[in-house]
Order: sequence, then structure tokens, then C-alpha cells
Amino acid sequence: MNQAIISAATEGGTNPLVPNPWEMLVVFAGFAVLMYVVVKYVVPMFEKTFAERAEAIEGGIAKAEKAQAEASAALEEYKQQLTEARTEANRIREEARAEGAQILAELKEKAAAESARITAQAHTQIESERQAAVVSLRAEVGTLATTLASRIVGEALSDDARSARVVDRFLADLENQNAGVAK
Amino acid sequence: MLLVILSVVIIATFFVIAARKQQLVPGKLQFAGEAAYSFVRNSIAKDIIGGRDFMKYVPLLFSLFFFILVNNIYGAIPLIQLPTFSHVGGAYVMAAIVYITWIAVGIKKSGLKYFKLATVPTGVPFYILPIVVPIEIISNFLVRPVTHSLRLFATMLAGHLIMMISGAGIEFLVMQENVLLKGASVLVLGGAIAMYMLEALIMVLQAYVFTLLTAIYIEGALHADSH
Repeated sequence: MNQAIISAATEGGTNPLVPNPWEMLVVFAGFAVLMYVVVKYVVPMFEKTFAERAEAIEGGIAKAEKAQAEASAALEEYKQQLTEARTEANRIREEARAEGAQILAELKEKAAAESARITAQAHTQIESERQAAVVSLRAEVGTLATTLASRIVGEALSDDARSARVVDRFLADLENQNAGVAK
Repeated sequence: MLLVILSVVIIATFFVIAARKQQLVPGKLQFAGEAAYSFVRNSIAKDIIGGRDFMKYVPLLFSLFFFILVNNIYGAIPLIQLPTFSHVGGAYVMAAIVYITWIAVGIKKSGLKYFKLATVPTGVPFYILPIVVPIEIISNFLVRPVTHSLRLFATMLAGHLIMMISGAGIEFLVMQENVLLKGASVLVLGGAIAMYMLEALIMVLQAYVFTLLTAIYIEGALHADSH
């Protein structure tokens, strides 16, 4: 250690700012070689890695964005389809309701007509039966009354023409009385 | 001088191996290499030179930083203990490379008009120009390379000298007959350790400062018209 100090002290005559040309040459050559390696290999390799990494990340982001857009588009489509389906269902329901109401009305109408028809038919039947009953009664009641009266009176009322006249008059009176009561 | 060659081998080998795999998800070595490279690329080149054209100067700045860093750190390694730039020759060479580079950049960018742009500041009243222009010429073209090289050289030489003097001082004190003087060597040792830490910091710092100034000079040459 002392040797170093002494040698440094004896060199004190030389100016420390004056360079050693060999040292300058070595530093220059070494730096040139380093620059060559850095320019040729180190920087391109690092930059390539950085670029690839940035691309990988940005590519991933772009892909994710695309997927997101697709998903939201699909969601939109589904929503629209759902809305359409709902509208369709509502429409069908409305139609069914209207149709049902129409069928019901038709049925009601038909039933009413049927019942009216049945009533009318019954009326006609009753009327005709009444007529038949009236006719047969007129004949039978006449005969019975004549027979009864002949028995009571003891006089044979065999003269049909006369008895028929009597019965008719009697019945007409009866009908007149009935009509008066009905009025 | 062998140490200079060794430093080139160390830096080139480390970064070529670190960069070689080019994996998107880096391993430890690649991560360390990328962190070191990104430091120079982003914190120095991109932040100072900026924007579009910083990539052209990244190789130079990168080589400067790690060449100076490794050669400085030699001074903190036991048995080597000699920072390359404690000899002035290397520092002259590095500063000269940078000096030529930024002047070339300026001329390439603005032609010979660059010298006018670099020495005649805009917005200065004409009657002050006779004072300002010589100052600009001296500070930019004469003093700048000198300070650039001597700053590196002087800090390295001073650190080296301090370590050597501390060592010699400890040796001298231990040789003394007087016990108190012998004991005083412990104080010197404590101081030497503190100085060693400081020197280690300065070694890294000077590499950074040298590279940062290079980036600033190049940026000034690129944008001489706006300064």
C-alpha cells in the first residue's frame, strides 16, 4: 500500500489531466465493440419482445372487446325476440278471447233461436191438440148430452139433425159465455 | 485495461443472454435485463429526448450507462478497487464520443444553421447579444465536453484516492507504538467504510448523470430551434 502511495507521489510530476493514449484506445475499442453488440443484438431483441408483449396485451384487449360487443348484440337480439314473442302471445290471447266471445255469442243466439223454435212448436202442437180435443169433445159431448137428455127427458131424440142443432146451439152459447169471461 | 475488455464481455454477455429468450412472460434473468434496459430506454431516453425519435439514441445511451456503470463499480470491488475512469483517458474518450454525436445530430437536423441556433438565443435584446453569444459559445462548445469528462474522471479519481489514503492511513496508525494512535485507526476504518458506501453511490450516480447529460445534449441539438 505504501508502495502505491509512493509511486503515485513520484509520478506527481506528471499532470493527471494528460491521458494515456493506450488507455484511450482500449476504452474506445471496448466501447465500440459494446455499441456493436448493443445495436446488433440487445436493443432489437428487447424491442421485439416489448412489441410482441404489447401486441399480445392489446390483441387480448381487442379480442375481449369484440367478445363483449358480440355478447351485447346477442343479448339485444334475445331481448328483441322476447319482446316480439310477448307481443305475439298477447295478440294470440286477444284473438282467442275475441273468438271465444264470438263463439259464445253465436251459441247464445243459437240457443235462443232453438228455444224460440221449440216454444213455437210446442204452441202449435198444443193448439192443434186443443183443436182436436175441441172437435172430438164437441162430437162426444153432443152424443153424451143427447143420450143423457133423451134418458132424462125420456123422449128419444133419434132425429140426429135436430139433436145436432140443439147441441150446436148449446155449445155456441157456452163459447160465447167463455169468450165473455176471457174478455 | 483488461478490466475495460472484461466490462464489455460482462455487459454484452449478460444482456444477450437476458434478451435472447424473448418470452412474453419473462423469467428472472430476462426480467432483470428488461428492467435495466427499460430504465435507460424509458427513464432517460424517452423522458428526456421524448416522443418520436428517442429510439435512435437508445443504443448509445444504453451502452454509455452500463459501460460507465460497470467500469465505475470496479472501484467498489475488493482487490480490483480501480474505477477505469479514475484515469482521465477513458473519460475523454467517452465525452468526445458524446460531443461528436450531439454536434452531428444538430447539424443533421438544422444544417450549419445549427451553430447559430445553438449560440444565439431567441428573445434576447440585440444589445445583450455581444455578451450572451460568447458565453453560449464557451459554455456549449468548449466547457461542456470538458466538464462532461472531468466530472466523471474527478469523482472517480477522488473516490479512489480517498480509499487509498484511508487504507494507507490505517496502515500507518496501526504501525505506531502509541496505543492511542493504534486505536485511532478504528475511527479511520469507520470513516473509510462510510466513504466506501458514499463512493458506491457516487459510482452509480455518475454513470446516471453522464448518460442523463448525454440525453439532454442530444435533446438540445434535436430541438435547437425551440430553445
